[in-house]
Amino acid sequence: MRGQAHRSLGRELLFLPPLLFLLLAYFYPLLRMLQVSAQWGALTWPAHLGRLIGFTAGQALLSTLLTLLLGLPGAAAFARYEFPGRRWLGLLTGVPFVLPTVVVAAAFNAVLGPRSPLNALLLTLGLPTLDLRYSLAAILMAHVFYNLTLVIRIVGTFWAGLDERLVEAARTLGASPLRAWVTVTLPLLLPALGAAALLTFIFCFTSFGVVLILGGPRFATLEVEIYRQTVQYLNLAAAAVLALIQLGFTLALTLIYTRLQGRLTRPLDLRQAEGLRRHPRRGEALALYAYLTLLLAGIGLPLLTLVLRSLAEGGQYYLALFENPRRSLFYVPPVTAVRNSLSLGLATTALALLLGLPAALALRQHQRGWLFDALLMLPLGTSAVTLGLGYLLSWNRPPLDLRGSPVLLGMAHTLVALPFVVRALLPALNAIRPALHEAAATLGAPPGRVFWDVDLPLSWRALLVGALFAFTISLGEFSATALLTRPDWPTIPIAIYRFLGLPGAANYGQAMAMATLLIAVCVLVFIVSEGLRPPESTPL
Amino acid sequence: MKRLSLLINFLLIGVLLAACAQPTASPTPTEPRVLRVITHSSFSLSEDVIRAFEQEHHATVQFIKGGDTGTLLNQVILSKDNPPADVLYGIDNTFLSRALAADLFVPYTPKALQAIPQEFQLDPQHRVVPVDFGDVCLNYDKAYFAEHKLEVPQSLADLTRPEYQGLLVIEDPSTSSPGLAFLLTTIATFGEEGYQGFWQALKANDVLIVNDWDTAYYTEFSGGAYSEGARPLVVSYATSPAAEVYFSEGKLTTPPTGAVIAPGTCFRQIEFAGILKNGQNRDLAEAFIEALLGQRFQEDIPLQMWVYPVLPEASLPPVFAEHGVIAQAPARLDPQAIEQNRERWIETWRSIMVP
Repeated sequence: MRGQAHRSLGRELLFLPPLLFLLLAYFYPLLRMLQVSAQWGALTWPAHLGRLIGFTAGQALLSTLLTLLLGLPGAAAFARYEFPGRRWLGLLTGVPFVLPTVVVAAAFNAVLGPRSPLNALLLTLGLPTLDLRYSLAAILMAHVFYNLTLVIRIVGTFWAGLDERLVEAARTLGASPLRAWVTVTLPLLLPALGAAALLTFIFCFTSFGVVLILGGPRFATLEVEIYRQTVQYLNLAAAAVLALIQLGFTLALTLIYTRLQGRLTRPLDLRQAEGLRRHPRRGEALALYAYLTLLLAGIGLPLLTLVLRSLAEGGQYYLALFENPRRSLFYVPPVTAVRNSLSLGLATTALALLLGLPAALALRQHQRGWLFDALLMLPLGTSAVTLGLGYLLSWNRPPLDLRGSPVLLGMAHTLVALPFVVRALLPALNAIRPALHEAAATLGAPPGRVFWDVDLPLSWRALLVGALFAFTISLGEFSATALLTRPDWPTIPIAIYRFLGLPGAANYGQAMAMATLLIAVCVLVFIVSEGLRPPESTPL
Repeated sequence: MKRLSLLINFLLIGVLLAACAQPTASPTPTEPRVLRVITHSSFSLSEDVIRAFEQEHHATVQFIKGGDTGTLLNQVILSKDNPPADVLYGIDNTFLSRALAADLFVPYTPKALQAIPQEFQLDPQHRVVPVDFGDVCLNYDKAYFAEHKLEVPQSLADLTRPEYQGLLVIEDPSTSSPGLAFLLTTIATFGEEGYQGFWQALKANDVLIVNDWDTAYYTEFSGGAYSEGARPLVVSYATSPAAEVYFSEGKLTTPPTGAVIAPGTCFRQIEFAGILKNGQNRDLAEAFIEALLGQRFQEDIPLQMWVYPVLPEASLPPVFAEHGVIAQAPARLDPQAIEQNRERWIETWRSIMVP
């Protein structure tokens, strides 16, 4: 009994680091900003509030449903099948997550506009062309493009660990493949599916750049209106109310999910993913390859557009990156940009794991953990404009004057990365049979050893998925970086925006070259991460 | 696990402490003093110019970029008791009144101000001084207008004529600075009574509204060297044609685009700098303001930021002398009127254009 008490106290202590971090890096800046906003002046309600909330929630819901619909076959394909190019296609699906919105918007406008490859095809066939720019369709497609990887990675990794014998048993008992999937696989997938859906929804719910640039001025989310009220009109009270509405939605939704999560979770005999994949059977091959072609086109075409543009003029734009003909003080050498982006990305990943791992371990099968779990998700649903200004209002007096310091930026990036680590990790940890822990403990293993020998190997893939999301979020992040660091600490996205701010062929070409560099860094890190293996399990 | 979490806590606190130890270290007398200058994200200057200033004044100039002009100004207003910098550079006349009303600046009259034309000096108390100006103008695709034997529009009213139907792309004034400048031009030209009617006509003439300058210029405009859109008219800057030549890296000798500079079609953005209250190193800040108006800084401005220096004696780089144009009689609006009516004007515009 004493051992039991000791262990649960130790477990409660695991809440401490993430909680402390949230207090310092989230609640304090947010409350500072809300406090200042409340004292700022009269509250004027923005027009069309109902329509604003309706559109924000509606497009997020549609985006999430579409992403699930298109992502689930991908999760199945990567979890269950062996096919040529599997590894490279898998890498490719993760790339969009790293790209700043302006870059994606430029690529999408080319792919969706009147001169797109699809329209070239339609023209040769004598059919009317299709212009999808500045429409709800463009917004939805970009959201799917960004978030597909969440479903494929989070659900796919979990799926790969499921024991196929359960489905085989159902089939043996006479269930059709569909019935076996609906009654056996789907219920088991629900925790991971819910996690991916929740992240996608919150991401789209707070969408800013995609809606503004690809949707055009007809469409506005709450986040867009918060920007307008804050920056253009300095109506801080109205902006704060909008930010709180946005936050309330996120919190309500997350609470529903975290409450359900406990009930959906079943202990499972998760396995190492390798060796469970097989080549598609005859009947399956057609559907599989049709889907994979669609996936390759949908993600590959916009990316290819960027790369091709950067390569125009025979690679001259890459060479130009290394020159500073105007001798600008703010010239960003590509090597410096890559180094800064990489170090920031790695620091964010390390900190997000250092905080996310204890959080996930503390949360697993915890009776009252759902409340804390929801708190961890809040930063993702918080207005970036509000929190950004909050950051500048906090930590601004000696001895803790962090303004302009990369530490502040690391905190901001980690705040956004942390939910991804926890969401990716928790379904896997929850699925580990408690009996395994009890067995290990009975055999005399201390808690640390149980974690090292049981939990870590069984949740390794999920941990890696979370870490990669943390890394890519940091690598591509622009707005917080622009606001919180000094210009002597430029990253790749900062360099891209600098080039895109001026007219002329060289500026556009160099922006595309920088974007291609960003893709390259991202792919390189994906490849390296594949070589990372869990610690060897030592027999107890 | 308990030990692990303790360790993590210590690490976290350690990182925080290590970070804050840096800026609090006070400089010894021989070390250069630090002047902090906060500015917008498009700011640029030559390295030599800054290094020369630093040497002359035994100082280090530390630039802070605060996002777009609105975000930059708001953060300075919100933290005015404990400002992030000593000097602010980059408030334009569309935000000037908000900045002055917030009582952010210490008045200072640099000697060099005498040489600056009165038309730029919008604050008689010299809390801020003008440093540069740029005109937001219509740009057109020369090839398109030549090919279609079309006259280039010479007034805003022209834009509502049938021959220009579907040709213009503009930026949303609620998210873009040139977009707001263009809205303000229409208000200055047609007045409170007339601008709504103009916009209704422009909407009927199939104007395209996009979010920001780079989408308008690179994606929708047809004129720039890398622009791939289909619309031959765009709201951009008077210097964009010159920039097209400069950034073609020798491939172009004449710009593929032109700027319309007819009276009443452009909006002049004047950028100001001022010394922030509660800042440090007042003498350095004053020296910096003085230097901004000096010949060396002023002559550096055009190629770095693609705007014009306010000092008439500053000589212009060849590409400006050859291809640069300045608006004739740009639209004028009192900064105070802009700040007072900004929200109403933008929201009215939105109710007409994107109901």
